[in-house]
Amino acid sequence: MTQKLVIIGAGMASGRVIEHLVEEAPGAYDITLFNAEPRGNYNRIMLSPVLSGDKTYDEIVTHDAAWYAAQGITCRFGEHVVGIDRDRKIVEGEKGQVPYDKLIIATGSAPFIIPVQGKDLPGVITYRDLDDTNAMIDAARTGGKAVVIGGGLLGLEAAAGLAERGMEVTVLHLMGHLMERQLDEAAGYLLRRDLEKRGITIKTRASTAAILGESQVEGVLLEDNTGLEADLVVMAVGIRPETRLANDAGLEVARGIEVNAQMQTSDPDIYAVGECVEFDGHLFGLVAPLYDQARVLSHCLMDQPDAFVVRDIATKLKVTGCDLFSAGDFAEGATREDIIFRDPARGVYKRLVIEDDRLVGAVMYGDTADGTWFFGLIKEGTDIDGMRDTLIFGPAYQGGDAADPLSAVAALSRDAEICGCNGICKGTIVDAIAHGATELGAVRAQTKASASCGTCTGLVEKLLQVTLGDDFHVPAAQPVCGCCDLPHEDLRRLIKSQELKSQEAVWQELGWKTRNGCHICRPAVNFYLLADWPMEYRDDPQSRFVNERKHANIQKDGTFSVVPRMWGGITNPRELRAIADAAEKYNVPTVKVTGGQRIDLLGVTGEDLPAIWADLNKAGLVSGHAYSKGLRTVKTCVGTDHCRFGTQDSTGLGIKLEQILWGSWTPHKVKLAVSGCPRNCAEATCKDVGIICVDSGYQLGVAGAAGMDLKETQRLADVRTEQEAIDLTIAFIQLYRENARYLDRPYRWVEKVGLDWVKARVVDDPEERARLIAAFDLSQSIYRRDPWAEHAQQAERFQPLADLTLEAAE
Amino acid sequence: MSWIDICAIDDIPLRGARKLKTALGCVAVFRTGTAEVFAASDRCPHRGGPLSEGIVHGQSVTCPLHNWVFDLNTGQAQGENGSIATYPLRVEAGRVLIDGTGLSGRSAA
Ligand code: SRM
Ligand SMILES: Cc1cc2nc3c(=O)[nH]c(=O)nc-3n(C[C@H](O)[C@H](O)[C@H](O)COP(=O)(O)OP(=O)(O)OC[C@H]3O[C@@H](n4cnc5c(N)ncnc54)[C@H](O)[C@@H]3O)c2cc1C
Ligand code: SF4
Ligand code: FES
Repeated sequence: MTQKLVIIGAGMASGRVIEHLVEEAPGAYDITLFNAEPRGNYNRIMLSPVLSGDKTYDEIVTHDAAWYAAQGITCRFGEHVVGIDRDRKIVEGEKGQVPYDKLIIATGSAPFIIPVQGKDLPGVITYRDLDDTNAMIDAARTGGKAVVIGGGLLGLEAAAGLAERGMEVTVLHLMGHLMERQLDEAAGYLLRRDLEKRGITIKTRASTAAILGESQVEGVLLEDNTGLEADLVVMAVGIRPETRLANDAGLEVARGIEVNAQMQTSDPDIYAVGECVEFDGHLFGLVAPLYDQARVLSHCLMDQPDAFVVRDIATKLKVTGCDLFSAGDFAEGATREDIIFRDPARGVYKRLVIEDDRLVGAVMYGDTADGTWFFGLIKEGTDIDGMRDTLIFGPAYQGGDAADPLSAVAALSRDAEICGCNGICKGTIVDAIAHGATELGAVRAQTKASASCGTCTGLVEKLLQVTLGDDFHVPAAQPVCGCCDLPHEDLRRLIKSQELKSQEAVWQELGWKTRNGCHICRPAVNFYLLADWPMEYRDDPQSRFVNERKHANIQKDGTFSVVPRMWGGITNPRELRAIADAAEKYNVPTVKVTGGQRIDLLGVTGEDLPAIWADLNKAGLVSGHAYSKGLRTVKTCVGTDHCRFGTQDSTGLGIKLEQILWGSWTPHKVKLAVSGCPRNCAEATCKDVGIICVDSGYQLGVAGAAGMDLKETQRLADVRTEQEAIDLTIAFIQLYRENARYLDRPYRWVEKVGLDWVKARVVDDPEERARLIAAFDLSQSIYRRDPWAEHAQQAERFQPLADLTLEAAE
Repeated sequence: MSWIDICAIDDIPLRGARKLKTALGCVAVFRTGTAEVFAASDRCPHRGGPLSEGIVHGQSVTCPLHNWVFDLNTGQAQGENGSIATYPLRVEAGRVLIDGTGLSGRSAA
């Protein structure tokens, strides 16, 4: 007996159901198909190629009028279903009712619209169907600016399509990296880089506050008050199952229409399939699982047993040139192990996630040829223990090599600067090598590269090896740590010449072997980035040793010490009273005068830190950075104010220097002293910068130390005025910040580059000196502030997450 | 198992940690990726360093006092004879839940 089957929605899921039915049980059902869109089933996922102009609508139609006619299907396209009467088993279309024996709801999903002012303005479009696509194509005809809200799959395909059609496109994404649900940070970085290369602007952590315009969209306003002009706004922030009909009909609906494994809703005669359903807590947004659902549902309609199960899915992005792949579960959960492969030369990143000897997730960028193979291993749960070491190289791997340590250097472009001192680029050096300069000395003689400070020597040697191959052997240089093949000097140079401005950029472009470094390399990389790109990169507290993250020195028992700044060693009764009060209030066990002319409160608990800081702040006391690789103290003597031998205002100069330099981060700690005369009561001759005042002016010494090594300062210059003394000090410290390797005190760095090299820049070259001072000022516009005041605002971060000792044991 | 809701995942900084007071002493809760969390004893077996103050990298943490490195999956110290207890955690709808059974202070038997 032919039964009446009514289907609401002619999309990709129901289309597949119908195909199964007409093939496997022709004539079993008399089918009526409603669709709100004025057309039948087309391949929705191919709308992106239609948008970019690679395909036409006709090419993506799945079922045309002739096909529906041949199957005897009654089509009611362009007609919304407005209600379902379950008692009378009738579906109400806009143009009339149809009775059913069985009903399928396949209404798909609706784009989510963020509820901001201006969301309804003309020119604001979502991306779901052919009409949306055509509207975008129309808008792009006149060029202009487009803003795409949402950096997921849909948003990026829209952005790429619009850019292809000549619009100036900006993508706004709320999260820290693109496609965060499918990609990890590293792959997200590469994707961003490739999209930026084609002229698309990407803004992450961008939250939309309003859409602006009178009668037509004119712009977008962000939460941080940035305004963007826009002639077109595409909202692609996510989808929501289209459940209105099911809701009104009183079916069970959670986030989607709830179905069992046979795709049956809470009413046994009504089925649901596609993006509108929710199964076992899962929602769906890609076609692969929908096709499984369609098979199951058609079998149920033919009374054949079948059950839907949720499977892992794989994602690709349909933007030519952005080759990415992600599958399985690559983030969540414990007991997992990562295998990472990066090839900077080819822009390739691969990460496999393994749990219990099985592959559970894979993320790839740049080379996704093995994606299907990995996906198969994930789905089948294959035991990979035997091939663990070579797994990442894919199925074709036969005894190949591990990653090439030279690939980061091979990947450099010809105009990448190798020698910063002399401004020599890779191309010049490679040409010299090609013309017979086959050893370091010859390259130096011909190009001057590595002939000055010498820190680029390692890179020049790597270029020799890349160019000459096995004929040249690089002397082994100690890499920063096991995460990479580069020594500090190469790392610093490459961050500068490649303009690497984020940790992700460093990990990828320089071939890091780990996900995000380790306790040795990450603090170094964090410092290099913030020193070289003060405006673009922000200090990352999670890449700092506890002292610098907590802004206090950790003690052997886990408590902390608190050392407020005493500018130039000068204090007053008000400050002393505040320190005494704080010591009493927080039961500080030890109060000690330090070797740096200030007072240390030792033994404060982590929980008390924000409160004690807030109390000290009230009296005007700020962090003394006694914990930082940064400016520590400027010791002074009493100088001309009181001492009968004083020649200049040593106390005043010390205070000035401390006020200029405080808060800055440096490769290692930096200590200064200013003595009023050669009797040197401030011990200035064993400091990183030590100034001795004399009748004729100031003697500037640098590169002293009195720690593990005892070093007397070396004379940098004698100057007449206080301002010159200040200028040379700043320039010296900035040169140190720009060039030294992490954890080298100035004396070690000067030993390597030579005092003459330093003098040539700081003393003899007024232009370079001015540049150094300006660069330091720029950086200080961000870092010269009290971290205690900032952290005291987030006191809850210093408290335990929860106290479970009170939780009932039962 | 008895799952106890301890915090929102965003209460723990990315590549960072917070600590939790329990009858067994402090437990460190680490967040290594967007939705990847681990729990382990906060006390370093070497000389008692607070591991929640360490640098979190990959799926490991480095003790802030003398740089022992612990694998957060197993609790094993790299190249050292020592390990820390680990505890089951779960993330559900942006909340972090810990299994309270192992933390009540009584032996598991
Ligand atoms: C508090 C203080 C000792 C005191 O009670 O006087 C001190 C205490 C520490 N010093 Fe120091 N140093 C202190 C003055 C010095 C001095 C003297 C000076 O600055 O005039 C020196 C020698 C001068 C020099 O640095 O050249 C000094 C050379 C060191 C060194 C060796 C540095 C080197 O390059 O060889 C270290 C280890 C390091 O930094 O790696 C160190 C490290 C430390 C640490 C931070 C050890 C650590 O990593 O935990 C100590 C922290 C104690 C705490 O919990 O607060 N401390 N330390 C002094 C604080 C001065 C201040 O007000 O900020
Ligand atoms: C631009 C774009 C690119 C995509 N790319 C990919 C990809 O690369 N890979 C992938 O796997 N997936 C992709 N997807 C997702 C994929 O297209 C969907 O998962 C799939 O189309 C969902 O199928 P469906 O049948 O559930 O819903 P749909 O295909 O949306 O069909 C639902 C139909 O129901 C109609 N309808 C709704 N309510 C009513 C009503 N009351 N009355 C009558 N009709 C109604 C709608 O008009 C619509 O035609 C993409 C989606 C888009 C928009
Ligand atoms: S001298 Fe050694 S023990 Fe004393 S404070 Fe300095 S680092 Fe600590
Ligand atoms: S206390 Fe942890 S390494 Fe020493």
